[in-house]
Amino acid sequence: MLSKTLHISTSPHLTKGVTTDVIMKNVVYALLPAALFSVYVFGISALLTIGMSVASCVFTEHLLCKVTNKDTTIDDYSATITGLLLGLTLPPIFPLWMTMVGGVIAIGLGKFLFGGLGYNVFNPALVGRAVLQAAFPVAITTWYPALLDNRFTSVPSSLFTVPLLQPVFDGSSGATPLSAFKFDHVAVETSDLFLGFVGGSTGETSVVFILLGGIYLIYKGMMNWRIPLSILSSAFIFSGILYMIQPEVYPTPWFTLCSGGLMLGAMFMATDMVGSPITSLGVCIYGCFIGILVVVIRIWGGLPEGVMYAILLANALSPQIDRWIQPKVYGTSKSKKS
Amino acid sequence: MKLFNFHKNTFKHGIHPPEFKDDTKDLPIRQFSFAPVYILPLSQHIGQPAELVVREGQEVARGQLLAKANGYMSVPLHAPVSGIIQKIKPVPTVGGKMSEGIYLEAFPYSGQEVAEGTPIHYDADKSDILQGIQQAGIVGLGGAAFPTHVKLKVPEDKTCDVLLLNGVECEPFLTTDHRVMLEQAEDIFMGIRYLLKATGANECIIGIEANKKNAAKHLESLLPEDLPISVKVVPVKYPQGAEKMLITSVLDIEVPSGGLPIDVGVVVVNVATTAEIGRLLPRGQGIQERVVTITGPGVKKKGNYLIPIGTPLRFVLEEVGVSNDISEVYLGGPMMGVSVSNLDIPIVKGTSGIVVFTKNEVKVNDRVFACIKCGSCVDACPISLNPSKMGLLAKAESYDQMAEDCNLMDCFECGSCSYVCPSNIPLVQRFRIAKSIVRKRKAKIHA
Repeated sequence: MLSKTLHISTSPHLTKGVTTDVIMKNVVYALLPAALFSVYVFGISALLTIGMSVASCVFTEHLLCKVTNKDTTIDDYSATITGLLLGLTLPPIFPLWMTMVGGVIAIGLGKFLFGGLGYNVFNPALVGRAVLQAAFPVAITTWYPALLDNRFTSVPSSLFTVPLLQPVFDGSSGATPLSAFKFDHVAVETSDLFLGFVGGSTGETSVVFILLGGIYLIYKGMMNWRIPLSILSSAFIFSGILYMIQPEVYPTPWFTLCSGGLMLGAMFMATDMVGSPITSLGVCIYGCFIGILVVVIRIWGGLPEGVMYAILLANALSPQIDRWIQPKVYGTSKSKKS
Repeated sequence: MKLFNFHKNTFKHGIHPPEFKDDTKDLPIRQFSFAPVYILPLSQHIGQPAELVVREGQEVARGQLLAKANGYMSVPLHAPVSGIIQKIKPVPTVGGKMSEGIYLEAFPYSGQEVAEGTPIHYDADKSDILQGIQQAGIVGLGGAAFPTHVKLKVPEDKTCDVLLLNGVECEPFLTTDHRVMLEQAEDIFMGIRYLLKATGANECIIGIEANKKNAAKHLESLLPEDLPISVKVVPVKYPQGAEKMLITSVLDIEVPSGGLPIDVGVVVVNVATTAEIGRLLPRGQGIQERVVTITGPGVKKKGNYLIPIGTPLRFVLEEVGVSNDISEVYLGGPMMGVSVSNLDIPIVKGTSGIVVFTKNEVKVNDRVFACIKCGSCVDACPISLNPSKMGLLAKAESYDQMAEDCNLMDCFECGSCSYVCPSNIPLVQRFRIAKSIVRKRKAKIHA
């Protein structure tokens, strides 16, 4: 008895047990309601867009790992998240080959080039989308109305555009609430925005389902609630001030919160742990920066939407925020003995 | 006056590991059986090893001096049992190293009574009390094994206002201090008399975590009227048993970085150490045994045992019985304890617990992911370091930068960062290595 070899390890011998892949898996779960709802609203085209995006991201990650002789990292689910997020930010009418290009760029340029998970500076999905926005500005701003009757039976032909050819969009393409407001000054009911029965990117439309996913992650302790809170509250307050000054020119703060990609960006993209600062104060600064910048771009910029650029700029700022704001080490302030 | 008082009787950050104390917290302390042979390293404390005063083949009585203190930073060693000195040769210790020591063969039919020596009264001179504590071989029983008399010696230019008794016991699984507080209240109060005199403190506060409310109530109900003692219950949180954290929880003071509790007028002593002082000094005896929690999923007869110092770990485990699939044995708690590679090591003065894990509990999935900068470690670090940043610097071997820019040397290795890290990055392990390298480099510069 008691002659067996013992296992040796260094303390602590207990861990919390929530590993990175578990967190990532839960983010995927949290994104599913919004993704499924977009399939309901936009039909097969949304399913194809999201599916293509996820597939190209995961495949690119796997391929790059193989090429560089590394163990594949697709089982940490981060590529799946990138794919889901990218798919959810694209219009449901977007040609599939362009989606694929976006996925390859998101993983290759946005993530792998920096060293993979944990080393990327920018949110990979947004890198992919930013390149698509620059390369295919028409396609990415051509929208599709929600809840078409034939959405489960027919697919817009533009999805199957042959690569390197210009897509031809059919007559049913329409405006998003944001562009309608910006260029034609037509406001959509906030309740419709909240529920998500509007045109727009596949998964950005439903505030309810995005919120549900976000709340699930916050409840699980897998998301820093300070980030969405500071983004949404600063955007709300800033646009509220503008609305109070000139209500006939500026949209209501509720419209700002519920329209476009703000909710998805605040809940799932800005909260990407890798690209956001590490301290509590740091993430609040980061969040306010995004919130205010979104309103600035939407109102004074040339584009109806500004969430993508706001988050990318904040990603770039975040290492600096981490340098400026360090936790105050115990016992380094003057003793507060009183 | 502060406009807002956000002080919540606890320090910032920290973690809440599962407690696992229910198995043993209601089990009274029991005397452990005597082993045939005792293993006694001469160095059971931080500081100079004790100096031998016996020879091979000599018969010794329980409580007799075996080795005397070798200088100020040293304490003597007493015979844990009556017996005969079998061998004087290096003995294995927990780290895997050999250390100078004694094998003591116990007399099987001895009554194991301890003779009383010259008592020291609690009204004695400060220096007599400190000397008495040293002569009794007392070290911090919480696990650090720092010679208690050294800790109690207040420097000339400083004063001690508060004597803070540490009854926190924040390590999961361990219940020794809990039982001592429930069963040895009189010894603790007697110990406090000595400690108040030795430190010159005019107040004593006993800090106890809220998971031991019955101990707090018990002590409160017995408080001697002539002593300025109060009991303070603090919320359960790890690592509150660390001196500096406890000071912040109880007194809302921060000990300066690189400083000692006495810099803010506080001396912290563990409750079990205090009880030992209160029991041994009036009898003029030395320490021969200590309370150890033996627990963990792999142990059959879990409990809190009074075990003679020097009892071999193998004997202890055979007596309590372990399951067939044991995989790891820790001395101390699972957060800061040391995993054992060899069962032929002894229980020493600093052994507060023995925790046995089976294969089920030992972490199998130890895949290390990259740091995703989730900030969990930053939110966990009780002294507000940035373990994420330090972990990256350690990986790059930028040890000096860690010390200069990141307060590396303030890390007291509680392991909270490693506990929470979702990427399984061995953060505290890296910091231990970094600290030892920085210390060596500094020693080189000064040499």
